[in-house]
Amino acid sequence: MNLNFWIIQTFNGISYGALLFLLGSGLSLIFGVMRIVNLSHGSYFMLGGYVALTVIWTTGSWALAIPAAALTIAVVGLVMERLFLRSDGFESVRNALIAIGIAVLISLAIGGWRTFAEVNWMQFIPVAAVAAIAVFFLLGRISVIAIEADPLRQVLLTVGFAFLFQQAALDIWTGNNFDINPPPALTQSIVIGGVYLPLYRAFMIAVALVIGLMLWLVMEKTRMGAAVRATVDDAQMARGVGVDTSRVSMFIFALGAFLAALGGVIGGAFLGIYPGLDFEILPLAFAVVIIGGMGSLGGAAIGALIVGLADNFGKALFPEISYFTLYAPMALILAVKPTGLFGRE
Amino acid sequence: MVSQTTKIMIVVAALAALAIIVPNTNSFVILLATRALAFAILVMSLDILLGYTGLASLGQAAYLGVGAYMTAILATKYQFGLGYDFWLVVVFGILGGAALAAVFGLLAIRASGTYFLMITLALGQCVWGLAYRWNSLTGGDNGINLRQRPKFGIDLANEVTFFYLVFAFFAVSLLAMYVLVRSPFGRSLTGIREQELRMKILGYNTWLHKYIAFIIAGGFGGLSGVLWAHTAGIVSPENVVLTTSVDALLMAVLGGAGTLVGGVIGSFIVFGLREYLSTLVPWWQYVLGGVYVLTILYLPSGLMGIPERIRQRRLASSNKAADSKKLAAAS
Repeated sequence: MNLNFWIIQTFNGISYGALLFLLGSGLSLIFGVMRIVNLSHGSYFMLGGYVALTVIWTTGSWALAIPAAALTIAVVGLVMERLFLRSDGFESVRNALIAIGIAVLISLAIGGWRTFAEVNWMQFIPVAAVAAIAVFFLLGRISVIAIEADPLRQVLLTVGFAFLFQQAALDIWTGNNFDINPPPALTQSIVIGGVYLPLYRAFMIAVALVIGLMLWLVMEKTRMGAAVRATVDDAQMARGVGVDTSRVSMFIFALGAFLAALGGVIGGAFLGIYPGLDFEILPLAFAVVIIGGMGSLGGAAIGALIVGLADNFGKALFPEISYFTLYAPMALILAVKPTGLFGRE
Repeated sequence: MVSQTTKIMIVVAALAALAIIVPNTNSFVILLATRALAFAILVMSLDILLGYTGLASLGQAAYLGVGAYMTAILATKYQFGLGYDFWLVVVFGILGGAALAAVFGLLAIRASGTYFLMITLALGQCVWGLAYRWNSLTGGDNGINLRQRPKFGIDLANEVTFFYLVFAFFAVSLLAMYVLVRSPFGRSLTGIREQELRMKILGYNTWLHKYIAFIIAGGFGGLSGVLWAHTAGIVSPENVVLTTSVDALLMAVLGGAGTLVGGVIGSFIVFGLREYLSTLVPWWQYVLGGVYVLTILYLPSGLMGIPERIRQRRLASSNKAADSKKLAAAS
């Protein structure tokens, strides 16, 4: 255990923290603005990686995969927020989507088809159409009780989506493990003072720094950012003075999904992309948010750094209790200061 | 309104039917019912917190984990709990779950709402982290295989005998929890759920009430873990992972929070879907995710709440009819 060990572990910890910042900052903002505990945030991370793989397989361009994946998942997040996480507006679109989903499953079950590959479309489409219309009218008769005020229902709803995303990913991208290979220019090592440091991890830190700076500028210097900060502090008051909190929520949810997917693409190079990644990374994102304080960008940055370092050193120094050393302080911080180290009251 | 006696009679009849029908089916159904019943004890313990006290815990699987790991470690490392000493393990499991809850409760009870969710998530992850990483004790990712079930006069390796044992534990737990929630203590828990401030002003020590409820739930969780270990025959980090806690929450909400038996219905539905459907189709998880989404959006009061919702709907429409009749008479 010499100096090199400490340098390399610190470097690894910081670069892992950079990745966690991408994941955690979005989660933190979503919580701060909407008070929604989003358990499908890990799914955005995983789906981002998968979409990037598809883009790389079809176009061969890694640089194109990053924005393509992040934007795709941002749209997924946007749709999920607008249709499902809020009870008013677009009720019929929501009911129609659910009705179609149920109808597809019903007709698969009735036809005895195990997968879509076996489906006989001439029989499938009429059955599905009849079922969809029936379910649509049934759902229309059930009144939906507002979900905004109930954190438990939000948690369970987002978990439901996480399961749906998991199965969809399994169907589309199979259950194999994949690696996202960055261009060779980024996979070299740089030597500083006799220590070999992988360039890719330096790249991750740089991305997090740039994104962090951009987020800070947007939050502090733009009108939208001011609206977001006002909504975090007091949503009711913000509405009162004319901030369109509904638009702020949509913007923040899409931004959070965008950042998580970006993390998935970038992290996919050394974590790999595989089924189950979503629920593996999710608790770490929560650790970041809790330690840093919900709704605070600076808090997310420091929380990510702490979690990244604690995770790395914990695994290197006390492997047997490494996760315990991560989550126990998190529980303690929550017990002593529920708003996190840097959260606002 | 159905009277309380009728409700009890319905539940007793349903349980009797379960005890008579299940042993006469095939071993797949027997194992499925045994699992669902063992897990249902955890779901009911969660319902005491969620439905009666208003505390939504995201880490309830930790208590199941303590009971299960304790059973597995004692059985494999010390050959303890495989004869009559099984009853001692049951006691240890309950005490272990309660003791863990007593520690966790000190940290968690002060919080409420979202913060309670988050802190119980963190505490649950602590237990998961130890189970996953502490290889020498817990077997790490592979978990611990229990090679045999206890034997004392009766042989629990026989699946029907074991089903009856789990059923008996389940029935006693249900009765105990029912007595608890109907007791003055249980009534004050409901009061805390509805109006914590008012209960404080009335002089109740609401923190202590919640803390005791948390410990009791932990004890039942530990019991559920002891049974689960012998039911599944393997204890692994999978049992204490976040999704297991979330499953327990969904089962409670799906059946109907604050009803105890609702959690049992939820447990049977989710286990049935998962174990039966997964043998039929590869896309079973769509159904599970769909059940989550549909329950939360359209059925927040759960299956047990359906009669109430229908009654309210009828009431509303009959009021409307009466109003329009009045209008017609007036004009």
